Amino acid sequence: MTEIRTLADLKRRQEEVMSRMRLRDRAEDPDSLVQVKVAMATCGIASGAKEVMEFFVEELDKRKIDAVVTQTGCMGYCFAEPTVEVTLPGREAMVFGYVDTRKADEIIERYIKEGELVDGIIPQNYNTI
Amino acid sequence: MSRYKMHLLVCGGTGCHSSESNLVYEMLRDEVERKGLERDVQVIRTGCFGFCEKGPILKILPDNTFYTQVKPVDAKEIIDEHIIKGRRVYRLLYTDPETEEHVPDSKHMGFYKKQLRIALRNCGSIDPENIDESIARDAYQALGKVLTEYTPGETIDLIKRSGLRGRGGAGFPTGLKWEIAARNEADQKYMVCNADEGDPGAFMDRSILEGDPHSILEAMAICGYCIGATKGLIYIRAEYPLAIKRLKIAIAQAREYGLLGEHIFGTGFSFDVQLRYGAGAFVCGEETALIHSMEGKRGEPSNKPPFPAQSGYLGNPTNVNNVETLANIPVIILKGAEWFSSIGTERSKGTKVFALAGKINNVGLIEVPMGITLREIIYEIGGGIKNGKKFKAVQTGGPSGGCLTEKHLNTPIDYESLTAAGSMMGSGGMIVLDEDDCMVSVAKFYLGFIVEESCGKCAPCRIGNKRLYETLGRITEGKGMQEDIEKLRNLGSVVKDTSLCGLGQTSPNPVLSTLDNFMDEYLEHVHDKKCRSGQCRDLLYYVISEEDCIGCMACKRVCPTHAISGEKKEVHVINQEICIKCGACMEKCQFDAISLMNDYPRVNYQLTMDN
Amino acid sequence: MIELTIDSKKVQVEEGTTILKAARKAGVEIPTLCHFELCDMGIENKPGGCRICVVEVEGRRNLAPSCMTEAQNGMVIHTHNIRVLNARTTVLKLIISDHPFDCLVCAKSGQCELQSLAIQFGIRSQPYEGEQSRYRKDTSPSIIRDVDKCIMCRRCEMMCNEVQTVGALAAVNRGFMSVVAPAFEMNLEDSPCTYCGQCVSVCPTGALTEVDHTNDIIRALSDPTKTVVVQTAPAVRAALGEEFDLPPGTLVTGKMVSALRELGFDYIFDTDFSADLTIMEEGTELLQRLQRYLAGDTEVRLPILTSCCPGWVNFFEHNFPDLLDVPSTAKSPQQMFGAIAKSYFAEKIGVSRKDMIVVSIMPCLAKKYECQRDEFKADGNPDVDYSISTRELAAFIKQANIDFLNLPDGDFDDPLGESSGAGVIFGNTGGVIEAACRTAYELYTGKTLEKVDFYALRGMEGIRSATVDFDGLPLNIGIAHGLGNARKLLNDVRAGKSQYHAIEIMACPGGCIGGGGQPYHHGNSEILSRRIAAIYTEDERKVIRKSHENPSIIRLYEEYLGKPGSHKAHQLLHTEYFPKSNEVTIHLHG
Repeated sequence: MTEIRTLADLKRRQEEVMSRMRLRDRAEDPDSLVQVKVAMATCGIASGAKEVMEFFVEELDKRKIDAVVTQTGCMGYCFAEPTVEVTLPGREAMVFGYVDTRKADEIIERYIKEGELVDGIIPQNYNTI
Repeated sequence: MSRYKMHLLVCGGTGCHSSESNLVYEMLRDEVERKGLERDVQVIRTGCFGFCEKGPILKILPDNTFYTQVKPVDAKEIIDEHIIKGRRVYRLLYTDPETEEHVPDSKHMGFYKKQLRIALRNCGSIDPENIDESIARDAYQALGKVLTEYTPGETIDLIKRSGLRGRGGAGFPTGLKWEIAARNEADQKYMVCNADEGDPGAFMDRSILEGDPHSILEAMAICGYCIGATKGLIYIRAEYPLAIKRLKIAIAQAREYGLLGEHIFGTGFSFDVQLRYGAGAFVCGEETALIHSMEGKRGEPSNKPPFPAQSGYLGNPTNVNNVETLANIPVIILKGAEWFSSIGTERSKGTKVFALAGKINNVGLIEVPMGITLREIIYEIGGGIKNGKKFKAVQTGGPSGGCLTEKHLNTPIDYESLTAAGSMMGSGGMIVLDEDDCMVSVAKFYLGFIVEESCGKCAPCRIGNKRLYETLGRITEGKGMQEDIEKLRNLGSVVKDTSLCGLGQTSPNPVLSTLDNFMDEYLEHVHDKKCRSGQCRDLLYYVISEEDCIGCMACKRVCPTHAISGEKKEVHVINQEICIKCGACMEKCQFDAISLMNDYPRVNYQLTMDN
Repeated sequence: MIELTIDSKKVQVEEGTTILKAARKAGVEIPTLCHFELCDMGIENKPGGCRICVVEVEGRRNLAPSCMTEAQNGMVIHTHNIRVLNARTTVLKLIISDHPFDCLVCAKSGQCELQSLAIQFGIRSQPYEGEQSRYRKDTSPSIIRDVDKCIMCRRCEMMCNEVQTVGALAAVNRGFMSVVAPAFEMNLEDSPCTYCGQCVSVCPTGALTEVDHTNDIIRALSDPTKTVVVQTAPAVRAALGEEFDLPPGTLVTGKMVSALRELGFDYIFDTDFSADLTIMEEGTELLQRLQRYLAGDTEVRLPILTSCCPGWVNFFEHNFPDLLDVPSTAKSPQQMFGAIAKSYFAEKIGVSRKDMIVVSIMPCLAKKYECQRDEFKADGNPDVDYSISTRELAAFIKQANIDFLNLPDGDFDDPLGESSGAGVIFGNTGGVIEAACRTAYELYTGKTLEKVDFYALRGMEGIRSATVDFDGLPLNIGIAHGLGNARKLLNDVRAGKSQYHAIEIMACPGGCIGGGGQPYHHGNSEILSRRIAAIYTEDERKVIRKSHENPSIIRLYEEYLGKPGSHKAHQLLHTEYFPKSNEVTIHLHG
């Protein structure tokens, strides 16, 4: 580790280490953030949910979107894996099916950023706790 | 750098540590490793979350799940269910005592709702052994700002404007203290951090040092810059091994980063910090005693003046600040004096950390804005009195403080109001007492502590407190007399008036404030030989129940002092004057008619006396 | 100058003056207990511990200890209102409540400052009775510690550490059990204590007192088979009168001799005689070392240090074990006297050594230890059997119902009672070296010394130095009194930086006149200067002012010893020193 010789050094260092902490800072008020839940049961992982989750985590961070990405168990839509549930602040949760990285990119750009609906929404047939 | 998707924050404060949080931490790590999740899941040991009542605490991010009373065996389930399957382990969630519902995250827990965490801002959310996590949370930004943008005078002015007052007890304005130390010219000055936390039950300083050590190092450097000191000393009690360990790591890391040492931030300012260990004497929290102890002398206070700012450590101008006070400094500088002074009351700004203890549901460490009422603390944050009992009093300010009662519940808490109520802020101990507590015994407990902890230098504290303690002892043993109450008053006020240091000048407060607020209990002890809460063992009586006694005479025969009277098949009566409380009668009675009570029927007693 | 109001009296004082001193200036007496001062010597004890001297300062929350609170301009102070008097009385009652009630049999009764305060305050009841702190009694060869009576004034601690730098006593334990004691509460005997007795001389109560040998002496006096010989040290005659209410500085030599005779001593001799003898031996040793040095001998140890003071001997044995060859090997006058009495004099009167008891009256407590040292015994029989202090002698005289004030002046017996003025001035700081100069000058130069008064060597400063012209040879002389001052000079010697040829050291401030066995001065340093003045008066009155002119000394050498420094002189009059550890040895007391 190089020494911190100036205030600018410190700020640079802070930028570098910030990302590991962003998760925690965001968690303080999860309701005000975009929440992305990736179903990561066997079925999801088998259809590539891991890569999708990885993509969401990195891309949301890169695009400076305050979001919480978590994994969750099987949502029951095994037919449409990988499935992703996205909750925008103040809105009902939306579940998207067949999400690959291209689809994920679209979800970020159109739904999360603009609030537009995108294809692949699975209608929810039950309420979660 | 790998980017973790989930953070598991295990409380590594001393409280949780002693209920095996260490093992929880290791089991979680093992389990994460076994499941091959180490790239995605980070397990961190943090400082204290404050909610010690329900420790060990585990917080899972990003979903902000707050698990309580986690045992090592729970690790597997947490990883399998929560981490892998995304399902919360409900049985480990906090249950709201009123609604009896599980509360998933800390944000919705009553314990945290009313809190405002400034001094404790990073406790429980960063890894205190990793300077980078502190840096991510703005550590050393304030130091950098001060060194490059402000003069020492401007910085002191900022602290003065913020209204920050010493959190160690007396509440002296911090900025003014710095200004006085800055004014005294000397070749060498010292900045001392007082980490000799001694109030029974208070542990905020330990928690800050364990959870956020860099905030203290940074604040010490800022103070050093302001007063012209290049050497910082932390006087810490040797009973705080975890805090010592984390401070040592923090100091080493800060030195490595060049945030302590020569030419900090490329300026002409140099500052370094060393640790000094105390043996855990309460009086060494008093700054002159603390300095003598650091010098290797007997830890006893000396007269002020000279104040440490004039002649302190090794005769050099020395500024002593308490840990919690220092923890506020960096935030004040970054967020501004106006931000800080907007919190709190007219004369007490900011927040105060209290250690909640006693007969309260949520025992733990809380930080609240000045001006909050006692009611909010006890009933909203503290979750009310344990087992639905009736609130009696709250002892604040530790052994130097006093008792606040029902009538003080709506008083906004700040330095002035506590003093006006006959107590004091102290370092922030808050012990809640309920109807089962005997106030005379409470006063005696604190006096016992003072008798143990008095340094013995001045006569009123050395002997006066001992006599107060003995007198209280007599009263709780049923040997008290009316003149004892007068004696307590006079002795208490003389000890206050004549003692050398703050310890002795406040030590009779527990007696005087209970005399003020609970005189009826004293009178009961003295005149009726009765302790309403049944705490005083000598004031319990063997009483024969009129309903249950069948007059078998078994107790009468066994009584060694012939204290029991009564004819066959008639209700028996124990003459309390003669009874030696051996308990033989109760043992003998086959009808459970004899019990130990805090009172006895006085009329009957009178009759037997006449016989 | 600042102005303040004390009990409605306006008073002007220098800035930095304490309220206590300002009050005294205003004619207001504030009672004190732990406060102690020997102002001419810069010795002051004010820990602020007893809280007896508290006063009310208008505008201040609590009462202020007047001994350590600086007066401020415009202060309004009340020293005797109800609040202050109640606080003061309550605190005094508290102190008394933790003090044994055995005044009637206490060694300090009548001299006890706590007792005086109780009388002054009119204490008639003890409402604060309770447990009393109890400790083990500790008896050393010189000093008894009965710290049940300790009131934590810390005077002894200040004397032992700041003035004497001995470091034997310090506050130990906490709270109610706090007490001043050697480290780990070990015995004083195992500590670095030098028995200088300065702790005893400042103790306000009976917590520190001397080991009393009066009864041993009564036993010896009543034994018809014993010949009891007594010697009196020079400082005793300048202070004994104080115990009989004579003004300080009253010489009572003649009355003292008569009193001793009435007490039944067989021979009343003078330690001044053996002081002259000391000068003969020590002066000769100085000249020998000096001559070897001047002849270019690099092995010779200079400066030479005086060795009359047993507290000082203990001090360097403990603290400078590497410098044991620096002090003169001459015994102290007490021990020279004992050695000569039990040899030369015993032979002269035909009494066997075992039938002779030698008693010394000393201003000193370390002398009690000194006379018990093994090297001063022959087959277990000590040269000096018992040493009692000035205070013990006074008590003995009172006990024997002797009307001291109306006694006629008596004369010392021959031959060990004759002395020169040089022997007398051994009693105060600078005296030993002045006496040595009077003799060494004449021996060295072969000329007669016209002016015997070396004023340059006199005074009260803790460390003094002077250069004496020995007919062209400038002799550099250093003087220290108080062991802290001695330490400074010794550190220079150890570092090889000392400029001196000879150094005189006395352990007690002021020298023997301020010894640990003298009547209590209660902090009045004027008493010490009066005693010194008395000693010089005695010197001036003497016809013979130089030790080597004392006819009895001349005769002793002719009849018995031969020459100073002779083999026989060495056998009887010289000694050696032993290194003493400063290490802490802990003995567990069951």
